Amino acid sequence: MAIRCVASRKTLAGLKETSSRLLGFRGIQTFTLPDLPYDYSALEPAISGEIMQIHHQKHHQAYVTNYNNALEQLDQAVSKGDASTVVKLQSAIKFNGGGHVNHSIFWKNLAPVNQGGGEPPKGSLGSAIDAHFGSLEGLVKKMSAEGAAVQGSGWVWLSLDKELKKLVVDTTANQDPLVTKGGSLVPLVGIDVWEHAYYLQYKNVRPEYLKNVWKVINWKYASEVYDKESK
Amino acid sequence: MSSFGSKRMAASSAVTAGYVLKPPPFSLDALEPHMSRQTLEFHWGKHHRAYVDNLKKQVLGTELEGKTIDHIIHTTYNNGDLLPAFNNAAQAWNHEFFWESMKPNGGGKPAGELLALLERDFTSYEKFYDEFNAAAATQFGAGWAWLAYANDKLKVVKTPNAVNPLVLGSFPLLTIDVWEHAYYLDFQNRRPDYIKTFMNNLVSWEAVSARLEAAKAASSSSA
Repeated sequence: MAIRCVASRKTLAGLKETSSRLLGFRGIQTFTLPDLPYDYSALEPAISGEIMQIHHQKHHQAYVTNYNNALEQLDQAVSKGDASTVVKLQSAIKFNGGGHVNHSIFWKNLAPVNQGGGEPPKGSLGSAIDAHFGSLEGLVKKMSAEGAAVQGSGWVWLSLDKELKKLVVDTTANQDPLVTKGGSLVPLVGIDVWEHAYYLQYKNVRPEYLKNVWKVINWKYASEVYDKESK
Repeated sequence: MSSFGSKRMAASSAVTAGYVLKPPPFSLDALEPHMSRQTLEFHWGKHHRAYVDNLKKQVLGTELEGKTIDHIIHTTYNNGDLLPAFNNAAQAWNHEFFWESMKPNGGGKPAGELLALLERDFTSYEKFYDEFNAAAATQFGAGWAWLAYANDKLKVVKTPNAVNPLVLGSFPLLTIDVWEHAYYLDFQNRRPDYIKTFMNNLVSWEAVSARLEAAKAASSSSA
């Protein structure tokens, strides 16, 4: 049965782990689930509180937990000089580390309407979008189309290519982070198109989710990143 | 409840899916409480239907038009460099195969020759169960887990997105869909619970046995 009660607090007390633990002689840094800067229900009606809670507390938490486990195993394998195990762990690190990286960005890419969610970008990012895509509508149309066309699970991204100094739209599969598409790509806006990101609310109609998610995209944050990285 | 179209299932390991959205061999509420009517309304009624409808549109006016679903799947798999129609074709096939892998009051341990073969190739039913469960649980992202038959041996395989054992050179015998849309309404993120429910309550071993017989016949006739 779907969860009916939506917790109004961003995190449940007791879920937090200590922020770092020393493991092995090198002291491996492990990770914790970041807090959301808004309540689970604050993005409604674009994204339901039910989805936000499960997405954050279950899916993202699982990536964090599994990433930490993989890192611990990696630490041991590296210490022992066990090359086969080191290589074998790479996919778990990519899946779960990527999941943690991507979702950490995603929560910052979203904001409630009363905190600027959906407000079009101004300043240099706004101009860059007009220059590269004709208009914000043009960018939105392109990203929504590419997001809808992702087969299976993945993400659609707007990024700044630092080397070529231009904005780029890309998709990645599964939890591959954007760097897998190019080392000079800095993510500005990522939209999760895994079914867990929208299914309880939009069911099979991913295009409807993509139409509505723009109402809560935090362009202020994207602009900050763009300004910082395009210096 | 007698299994629907057992002769048809036995006729070939390849289902004739593609161009027709066949209803599952049970009513949409027949798998409750293990798989809800709501899930089947969306999964069969929307997702599977879309694969079939979109495939028809996609092959219209191309050299794939009029070909069998098997032909389209193999051609568009293109040795892993997937051509555009692969996703719709393979998913249309996979979903028909999935409905026919299930039945009301199914699941649990098979008997007879099938059990003997599982014990031969996995040591025990429990070991098979663990391996199938692990494959389904660890297929990252969207995909499927399978029991398949090749070179007179049973094996567990997991595949991403729309890929299936047909293109990998083995006969599919059983599958579980682990795309999130297959379980999200009933189980949300809890894929392990969904897999357990499928294994314990939904598997149609009759269908698996019929497919195994067809696979053995097909193998020996081409030897």
